[in-house]
Amino acid sequence: MSTRTGRRVGVPRGVIRDSPLRPDGVPKLRGEFEYAQDLRAEGMLWAATVRSPHARARIVSIDLAPALAIGGVHACLTADDVPGRATFGLEHADQPVLAGDEVKFWGEPVAVVAAEDDDTARRAAAAVEVRYEDLDALTDPEEADDRDEVFRRLSIRRGDQGLRGSVVVVGEYEVGMQDQAPLGTEAGLAIPDGQGGVDLYATSQYVHVDQEQVVASLGLRPDQVRAHPTGIGGAFGAREDLNLHIHLCMLALHTGRPVKMVYHRSESFTGHVHRHPAWLRYRHESDEDGRLVRVEARVMIDGGAYASTTSAVLANACYFAVGPYRSDSVAVDGVGARTNNPPCGAMRGFGAVQVCFAYEAQMDRLAAALGMDPLDLRELNALGTGDPMPTTGQVIETPLPTIEVIRSLQAMPLPEPATMAHHSELPGGSGLTTEPHHVRRGVGYALGLKNLGFSEGSDDYAQARVRLTPDGAVVETAAIEVGQGLVTVLAQIVRSALGISRVDVAHVDTSRIDSAGSTSASRQTQLSGGATLEASVKLRQRVLDRHEGEELDDDGVWKGDELVVSWSVLAEEGWEETVTFRHPPTTGPDENGQGVIHADFAVAGHRAVVDVDTELGLVKVVRVDTAQDVGLALNPQSVRGQIEGGILQGVGLAVMEELVMKDGVILNPTFTDYLLPTILDAPDVEALLIEREGSWGPFGAKGVGEPPTISSTAAVAAAIRAATGKELNRVPIRPQDIALE
Amino acid sequence: MIVELIVNGERVTARVTNPGSLLDLLRDELGLPGSKNACEQGECGSCSVILDGELVCSCLVMAADAAGSSVTTVEGVSPDDGLHPIQEAMHHAGAVQCGFCTPGIVVAAVDLFARNPHPSSNEIKEALAGNICRCTGYGAIIRALEDVGTTDEH
Repeated sequence: MSTRTGRRVGVPRGVIRDSPLRPDGVPKLRGEFEYAQDLRAEGMLWAATVRSPHARARIVSIDLAPALAIGGVHACLTADDVPGRATFGLEHADQPVLAGDEVKFWGEPVAVVAAEDDDTARRAAAAVEVRYEDLDALTDPEEADDRDEVFRRLSIRRGDQGLRGSVVVVGEYEVGMQDQAPLGTEAGLAIPDGQGGVDLYATSQYVHVDQEQVVASLGLRPDQVRAHPTGIGGAFGAREDLNLHIHLCMLALHTGRPVKMVYHRSESFTGHVHRHPAWLRYRHESDEDGRLVRVEARVMIDGGAYASTTSAVLANACYFAVGPYRSDSVAVDGVGARTNNPPCGAMRGFGAVQVCFAYEAQMDRLAAALGMDPLDLRELNALGTGDPMPTTGQVIETPLPTIEVIRSLQAMPLPEPATMAHHSELPGGSGLTTEPHHVRRGVGYALGLKNLGFSEGSDDYAQARVRLTPDGAVVETAAIEVGQGLVTVLAQIVRSALGISRVDVAHVDTSRIDSAGSTSASRQTQLSGGATLEASVKLRQRVLDRHEGEELDDDGVWKGDELVVSWSVLAEEGWEETVTFRHPPTTGPDENGQGVIHADFAVAGHRAVVDVDTELGLVKVVRVDTAQDVGLALNPQSVRGQIEGGILQGVGLAVMEELVMKDGVILNPTFTDYLLPTILDAPDVEALLIEREGSWGPFGAKGVGEPPTISSTAAVAAAIRAATGKELNRVPIRPQDIALE
Repeated sequence: MIVELIVNGERVTARVTNPGSLLDLLRDELGLPGSKNACEQGECGSCSVILDGELVCSCLVMAADAAGSSVTTVEGVSPDDGLHPIQEAMHHAGAVQCGFCTPGIVVAAVDLFARNPHPSSNEIKEALAGNICRCTGYGAIIRALEDVGTTDEH
């Protein structure tokens, strides 16, 4: 036992509420960070995929011989070679690993090949001769509804269905198919372990659910497949579903060699699910003062050929169909159609985005019908803590500062009119197509509501382990860092809870820890952060109890001014604590869609300012300001990063981003034709973080990833309406919608 | 064919087969994975390199056409240890999320500051208009480079 003086006083740097440098920042900036695209292994083969050129067709025959005749080709596998379960799926295993008798969407995988190099693999894939008999494709979701080709229907009835208001507005709205377009395409490497098992390193948001599906389709024992978190170039929902994962493992086990595959961009556009296109019909009724009396909505989303997460996306769209507003009487009917369009699934906002575009347009129409200020109408009807959800009836227990969001937006200063002095201020930009006298400014507001964490009675949990090592503490987790900064915030939580400064986060494979759940639903800071906090608190208490200490820091355990156990001794003692964290339980819906469906909620609002060239239909989004309910901002810089990035994806959906479909075929699966916002399209953003104690997340934190994307699209649309006077009931709003109609 | 070129100051020789791009050459033959492929079409700037003093998308340059040229990649921009002032500013501003676009943005920014040490906000935006970032919304990138522009250390 030693006695020392000069003990560090106070908390270490990089605790919660700081914005420490992200630990993966240096390797990412130097180009040294290893992404799935960069993985290599000794003796590695390359794989490529044979895809359907039809939206729907019967497979008459597959001739692999021309591919196998190419030098350097090691394997060509089809549906007949899938050793275990022939299908996979996140919620329902309805999607063939490789199509057997019939292809059901354009781009569906039919066969996979492995060869000595990428180029040979792609040539071999092109050489596989598949004979198809074209079948009629079902691409109209309304027709699918008529034929009862649906993944899910959901009806919500709450309150007296006979209630009627005196002021009525109706509208029909449409949201195009957006793509997540993460910059890193799908990629992975599977390495056989020599004993019949396999290690998979592939782009993912959720390695445990990947592993379960790989195990099933390979017909292996769970311990034979290890899915490893891997460097990933963005996700936004695109990586929840499997794509190349089972294919890689099949090829690796078949050839006995490591196998790598990287999708090209056009493949990526068919190889992952998209945001559901939606068709929405609304009827809002209020009394003479503007109080909502009844909201009716019909929500149609097109799930495409296979289930993916359509059931949950539809449910979200229906549960959030009224937005953050009270209404005594609600009727929502939702349909998730099954068609031969590309499968749709998770994208940031998950159903709440589509309905927000519609209900916020309705709120503006209602305000106009009443002669009210749009924000006053919203404040009058604002949903808050203690209110029942207008749809599900669930009483909101955690803070929901809707009124503060509205008032904050109201108080933020508006920008000066554009001077048009520099071409960057013109909607036409450096093309100099815009004549300043055609430019009209518009301002629009929108609010959005989103659930946090998984809903509808799912057993939503995350496990994390905190260990003490000679170098400090390490958090072990299978949660995926997709860029959002989980790797930073978990370390901050440990520093705050343990009182030490040296903390690393280790992303470990599925054999070494239980699931962290998906990096989606804005949930990892709350769930994995919650597990990390609880593990840290318990570990600290156990260490102090064991050594009868009072404080823990980088030097060890202290009692008063005496260091009673040094860090090196502590590290040798092998301390660790593993915690599985669950959020408050939820339930599924009853026959009227009622129940305690959600674990937590967050509200955000956006005010968009646009300049529109009304002659050419060109839009410059000048500013998007926001106020967002964040619980507590554990890392203010990362929160702002989520807000700015999420807003720009919302701006993209408002004015440019859409996968254009014709007869089930994507017409623009390239970055040349699928337009993404560039730095010149990015509005200035001022973000006000609204902090309220009371959520169950660590230190009261709420998830922050999705709320920026819910209402930013609707706010931009409202601003363009204000500038043009046009109805603009569909996003993305195209130049011809403004200039020609 | 065998091509000779200078990459990050070093003379290298590589075999070029097929109609490969300079990006493929850098990543697959020369072991320089910092330049990223995200679109194969010169739309996203993830593969940006400086070729004989010009900022280019290396996915659009035939490897064979780079023979005799001098190429600077993100690996060449980075000091042996630590970060270039542009990288340092981006690190502190929170301009890195998933990081896939980051090497291309670093290279494009180095090219900008070599030509224009004190760019305006508009000049920064125009210089980076060929680099897509899907995560950050660009705000932190702009703030970082505005900070760089106020100093002379780049």
